[in-house]
Amino acid sequence: MLRSSERRAAVADFLLAAAGFVLAMVALGLIRILWGPGDADRIMAAQLLGTGGIAALLLLARAMSMPAAVDVALILALLAAFISVAFVKGADRSEMDRA
Amino acid sequence: MSLALDVLTILSVSTGAFFFLAGTVGLLRFPDAFSRLHALTKADNLGLGLVVLGLLFQAGGLLAALKLVGAWLLALLAGATITQLIARTARTDRSTM
Amino acid sequence: MAFDIGLAILVLGVAAWTIAARDTFAAVIGFVAYGLLLALVWVRLAAPDVALTEAALGSGLTGGLLLGASTRLARTQGSAAIDKPSAIIRRAAAVLCTLVSAGLGAIVLLLPEPAPTLAPQAAANLAATGLGNPVTAVLMAYRAIDTLLETVVLLLALVGIWSLAPDQLWGGLPGRRYPVDRDGVLTFVAQLLVPVGILVGIYIFWVGSIAPGGEFQGATILAAMWIFATMARLADSPAVSRRWLRLVLVVGPAVFFAIGLAGFAIAGGFLAYPEAHAKLLILTIEVPVTLSIAATLALLVGGPPERALR
Repeated sequence: MLRSSERRAAVADFLLAAAGFVLAMVALGLIRILWGPGDADRIMAAQLLGTGGIAALLLLARAMSMPAAVDVALILALLAAFISVAFVKGADRSEMDRA
Repeated sequence: MSLALDVLTILSVSTGAFFFLAGTVGLLRFPDAFSRLHALTKADNLGLGLVVLGLLFQAGGLLAALKLVGAWLLALLAGATITQLIARTARTDRSTM
Repeated sequence: MAFDIGLAILVLGVAAWTIAARDTFAAVIGFVAYGLLLALVWVRLAAPDVALTEAALGSGLTGGLLLGASTRLARTQGSAAIDKPSAIIRRAAAVLCTLVSAGLGAIVLLLPEPAPTLAPQAAANLAATGLGNPVTAVLMAYRAIDTLLETVVLLLALVGIWSLAPDQLWGGLPGRRYPVDRDGVLTFVAQLLVPVGILVGIYIFWVGSIAPGGEFQGATILAAMWIFATMARLADSPAVSRRWLRLVLVVGPAVFFAIGLAGFAIAGGFLAYPEAHAKLLILTIEVPVTLSIAATLALLVGGPPERALR
């Protein structure tokens, strides 16, 4: 049976690996999304990074014992929502201007 | 007791990571913007929820737990509604027709 | 370690894509993605204050600013493409950027071990400021004059943007009127998200005295929530000639400057704080500064007045 501190370190390593995995998923998704075509696909990048980034940050907060990273995740949630809506409004306007 | 919590954390986070994988596979393989949006929102938010659940078992205190759940709820709210807006943009965007 | 290498490669990849992107809209999206990933990098470098600022200001708000510019330029994008700089200039720019990057990398790698730093002294004198977060102590106590000048610079930038309005629109309402959301989706999410966002903004500002956070990050969240509300038609921008708006913009730097001058009388120097009341004075500065910066940032993203005052 592992000692408590070794187990804590093992869990921290696991959480760091999970964060890395989520980041890899985000990377793969970004490659597809940024390839497009079309504005709607690209706007999804903000959503993907928002959700994936929050997951990675929450995992990192625990793995690095940095509670402030949870605050960064909260900000990320709000700003991802804000920027997504801004992109949608921007895309709609460009569409109207180009039409 | 804390061994059980650690096991639960590992299980939840692993399942959450699997849902992230499923979402990404959907993103890569689905043919059009709407189904990709579907995969992105549903799978990734569920994955995030499971990750948050796993981290709740490790959380130190009520405020920390509330912040974790709050982050997930914010992501859920934003994701669900903004997906609608993106889908509307996709519908009117000529290049995806 | 593998995590950090993967993150670095991802950041570089997104940066390369942003530069290579064909149209401005895609490039702005790439820029925002790059900023969000950079926030992760800062967390890995154990700098949560910078991560907060990067996520909020560097990526979110600047992204909104660039997006506004991109949509305004969309109409002229066709003719601008003909004016692209020649291949020689572009290659020279690439060489210059590579040289600067290599130079910065060399400087970081060649730093002596241990690297020169003032962090121990900053931490040692923390008790005198009454604060618990050394970054806030640097911003509001050790280098308060830099923060004061930053707030003034933001105001000057705002005046510069306002001056871009044509004469007949001077003093009008910034930004266009957004169309009303037909299905109410955006209104719904705004009604829920904006109050929560305001709470989070105030929390981040308040917690800055003892933990990562502070007035700039909190103000950015407040500004973003205000812009969100205008995009959802829950509120409309006030005309820039309104007296109360100008008062809100100016009250932060004014209070900052006044307390700075008072420092001559009560502590023997500009922006000096007497040790007993340091925290109270810092708080008295921070609250109006947060308000002013939130208003300034929101108006910066709003842009020059586009609708005349009725």
